[in-house]
Amino acid sequence: VEICVCVKRVPMVGGAIVVTPDGLDVETTMAGFTVSPHEECGVEEAVRITERLGGSVTVLTLGPSQAADQLRDMLALGASRAILLQTDGAEWGAVATAAAIADTVRERRFDLLVFGNEAADTGGYQVPVRVAHMLGLPCVTGIKRLEVVAGADGSPDRIVAGREYAGAEETFDVPLPAVVGVKEGINLPRYPSLPGRLRAKRATIETVELGSQPPDGMVKQRLLVPAASGARSELLGSGADAVPALVRLLDDLGVLR
Amino acid sequence: MTVLCLVETDADGIREPSLRALSVARALAGSAKEEAEDLAAAWVGVEAVVEGGSLALAGVDRGCAIDFGAAAAYAPAAWARGLAGLAAAGVGEGLGPVSAVVAAATDRGNEVLAHLGAITGLPMAANCVSAGWIGPGRCQLVRQRWAGSLLEDAVLDATVALLTVAADAVSSEQVAAAGVGVGGALADVPVSRYQPALTGGDLLVQAAQSADRRAGASLATARVVVGGGRGVGGPDGFTMLEELADLLGGALGVSRVVTSQGWRPHRQQVGQTGTKISPELYLACGISGAIQHMAGCQGAKTIVAINTDPDAPMVAKADYAVIGDLHQVIPALIEALRRRRT
Repeated sequence: VEICVCVKRVPMVGGAIVVTPDGLDVETTMAGFTVSPHEECGVEEAVRITERLGGSVTVLTLGPSQAADQLRDMLALGASRAILLQTDGAEWGAVATAAAIADTVRERRFDLLVFGNEAADTGGYQVPVRVAHMLGLPCVTGIKRLEVVAGADGSPDRIVAGREYAGAEETFDVPLPAVVGVKEGINLPRYPSLPGRLRAKRATIETVELGSQPPDGMVKQRLLVPAASGARSELLGSGADAVPALVRLLDDLGVLR
Repeated sequence: MTVLCLVETDADGIREPSLRALSVARALAGSAKEEAEDLAAAWVGVEAVVEGGSLALAGVDRGCAIDFGAAAAYAPAAWARGLAGLAAAGVGEGLGPVSAVVAAATDRGNEVLAHLGAITGLPMAANCVSAGWIGPGRCQLVRQRWAGSLLEDAVLDATVALLTVAADAVSSEQVAAAGVGVGGALADVPVSRYQPALTGGDLLVQAAQSADRRAGASLATARVVVGGGRGVGGPDGFTMLEELADLLGGALGVSRVVTSQGWRPHRQQVGQTGTKISPELYLACGISGAIQHMAGCQGAKTIVAINTDPDAPMVAKADYAVIGDLHQVIPALIEALRRRRT
């Protein structure tokens, strides 16, 4: 099974988000970066599929030159090739991102394209679907269970994908090639092995230079952190001594049975 | 002009997230500079799935049942094809052309509108909390990033604006009050039927319902959630948190570090990549309060933090705090609650 997993470099924001003085970006000068959580699970899922059925995993990202770090992280998890669609670091809209990805993967004959369901930062919920339409492939998103099924000749034929709906699971039976958007929880990603990390360090990353960002129909004007309630928390006490006050509070809230 | 809102339905009629989407769609329709736009609701299935009275309550002027004939299962591309056809053909006599298509930011709503965006080539804004017209084809909106930990002001320029509405954009009180003052009497809303032309690939992806009911689905609707984080220290510590949750008739929720350590299953995760909760009480034990987690629990009415670190973000963000080790506080609390019962 030849699988391409698309990942995104996002800042690790920790306890608070700080916006840059111009109000247009998240302050990242002191932040580390990581891959969106859904996508790390996507890479793990792809690696597990190829461990079982053979084939290989390619990871692809669209981002600045530093996004090569995240590609190497994913190579350390077991991907074997990496492609960087290099930008100047400006945020690309969903339509342009999907077009650049579709142009890159079109000629490479993947059986399965895996995306995170939505990026942790922009939360656009649409790149996998747009890529699927550009390539004329079926697509299903929100996936928390994925199985690749082989056909009569033993080659990968279709997927059975499951997602949560109204407290139950709904399943989709989709012929390959196909596009899926996966969610965290589909698996528990492994820690990279030492040989994996060494291999990732030496690996060549195929880089495609993209021009500047094409115009998008949605223009960001300003980012703002929602106002906190302002009220400080009320201290009920310290240690087990606080329990009587805590019980009174629970009683007042009407949650004691 | 007409704002068209996709509503998801179940046995009880319009689902809650779609009522919120209708609320934002109605505000968008009412924001037009010259004269207010009409609001139409569309759903997939037969006309009778949605009662005219509930449409009137939500301020809807016209209903439209999108009918695929035999194929009744959820099929994202086909649903989008139906909306695209409806938007192009117009919703019905007397209504102007479609200016916007709105849906709830659920798995289905986001997915269908993404397909609609891909089919039409139009941009789509996911997880909006508000939207209004600032000119023909120009929509000023506020949308969530980082699952609501950050807001974005943006302008959407498109012949048809495609928006999904975040679950927490509108409070349930606002939804309940929506019908008051809209159109006076609760007359039944006219409902028409639309049969879209599908292409071959549109029904390639269809949902089948699995019998497998997942435990933990109650987390999203629990009245009380007892949360455990890194401070619990390991898989064993969750036994007492579960016991406390049982005593309070609630559910156990955990932070992301707990699921990525494999201490608890992912379905118990509260946060941006887990479940969003909205209980009366969230008791957060040994949870630092990273924004990833807060995105999942900011819907709680009251948050009580139990933490050894008085400077933890969770302590600052909570309504009440106990500074101390949960391994001492929780057993004492369990004992006090048991004594109260006897």
